[in-house]
Amino acid sequence: MAVETNQMRKFLNEPAQVVKESLAGLAAAHPDLLRYDAAAQIIVRKDAPKKGKVALISGGGSGHEPLHGGFVGLGMLDAACPGEVFTSPVPAQMLAATKAVDGGAGVVHIVKNYTGDVLNFKLAAEDAADEGIKVTSVVIDDDVAVQDSLYTAGRRGVGATVLAEKIAGAAAEGGADLTKVTDAVKRVNDRARSFGVALSSCVPPASGKPIFELPEGQIELGIGIHGEPGRKRATLGSASEVVDVIVEAVISDLKPKRGAKVLAFVNGMGGTPLLELYLLYGEIDRKLRAAGVEPVRNLVGSYITSLEMAGASLTVLELDEELTRLWDAPVHTPALRWGA
Amino acid sequence: MDAATITSWMREIDAAVRRERDHLVQLDAAIGDGDHGTNMTRGFEAVVQALDGDPGSPPGKLLILAGRTLVSTVGGASGPLWGSALRSGGRVLGEQPTFDGRELVQVLAAALASVKDLGTAAVGDKTMVDALEPAVDTLRARLTEGASIDDALDAAAGAAEAGMRATVPLQARKGRASYLGERSVGHQDPGATSTALIIRALQRAVTGTA
Repeated sequence: MAVETNQMRKFLNEPAQVVKESLAGLAAAHPDLLRYDAAAQIIVRKDAPKKGKVALISGGGSGHEPLHGGFVGLGMLDAACPGEVFTSPVPAQMLAATKAVDGGAGVVHIVKNYTGDVLNFKLAAEDAADEGIKVTSVVIDDDVAVQDSLYTAGRRGVGATVLAEKIAGAAAEGGADLTKVTDAVKRVNDRARSFGVALSSCVPPASGKPIFELPEGQIELGIGIHGEPGRKRATLGSASEVVDVIVEAVISDLKPKRGAKVLAFVNGMGGTPLLELYLLYGEIDRKLRAAGVEPVRNLVGSYITSLEMAGASLTVLELDEELTRLWDAPVHTPALRWGA
Repeated sequence: MDAATITSWMREIDAAVRRERDHLVQLDAAIGDGDHGTNMTRGFEAVVQALDGDPGSPPGKLLILAGRTLVSTVGGASGPLWGSALRSGGRVLGEQPTFDGRELVQVLAAALASVKDLGTAAVGDKTMVDALEPAVDTLRARLTEGASIDDALDAAAGAAEAGMRATVPLQARKGRASYLGERSVGHQDPGATSTALIIRALQRAVTGTA
């Protein structure tokens, strides 16, 4: 029997167990790729630790599936640390994951820029260093909706996280050392920008209520991935008009070279079907070309989500030869697979 | 004040965050992601359990255990922030079996310093610091003036509550609410709210009255 409130209909047994039960299901579906350590609440690549390979870990609140557990496997993450829904995991999870995947070449923590994630990963990295494991941390902060400032928490980490995990994962799989793998994450973060819009809120299982209410005909501009309201509310225009806003926000901040080759990542927030995501991609592809950049790679689908929120985000990554080669390298995870 | 004071403080916090859980969720939903009440309830429930399993420890050790439990159960930002705060406060007391008002000020001052250091927040950023700093300052000032511990703690809890209410017109500069920019104005900060509950719980634990 599913759980139902007057504002929520979800497949649940016990709302407090949703994360653990989902992780057990992920492991049941992909025993060839990963395992679930229920005691530590981490997802670990099946063949970890790989001796001599730099390991990659990420983590954060749940509710963004397939991020991060769905990206554990060949050519991407070695472990994922899922917290409760929209809540950072705790340092014990990151430490257990770090120890489980360290093959002697060091471990890279990929951290989305949220105060909770940053603080918990910081404590975990200190604990890991105390145990003699070499750990580097890179904070992803690609969301142009947030005004960056020395005096604020800064920009959020959103879509670039997926691209960084894929590209740095390929570098690690190819034998790059800790410095090079860390640099790959930083380069993706430096060269990628994102912007998201929401057409609806989402309902965290623990509260059973939507995080915000959108009046008819309104959309939220500049959202993150936690069902939070965006920077401002606007009238819902046509898809083409919404894409104008998104592309302008991303390109004016990224300032790519004229004629730059880019990867365009059109991401669904969980409740928007591919029918609409491809429609958006068509508009975005055309408008990026009109803006003087060439989308030579793309990713279209729901990869970093906000439960069942309707909405989408665009991430543009300015590519070079090496980033393109690493993007094209084989990957085999539950959510991304090519070449392997 | 002794170990029983700390245990009683943690029980009072557990009861307070449970009672105010929906209110904290509501405040957080407006400018964050709506999980603050759930997280604090989970954390202090675990703290009470952990303290039940450790009878006989001195107050400083109990605070460190409480802090460690919060770090390992809460997640989010409040886990590391309150966890580090209680651990830093506990270290001030070392092994001593009792503590007085002056030492309680040192405990809370160490907790505040640790929160400000880890969170890089200051008064006016619309965070828990807006409630915690005035509470510590008021407690210190009233005790220096010669007030009783009961009166000084009541004033400190009042200062935390005033600091909490003063977050309403502020624009958030730290934490998740900062992503909203100007839209964070007009909402009371959930972290300052739970902090006011925590200081009021301390007053209740020490004076034994509501």
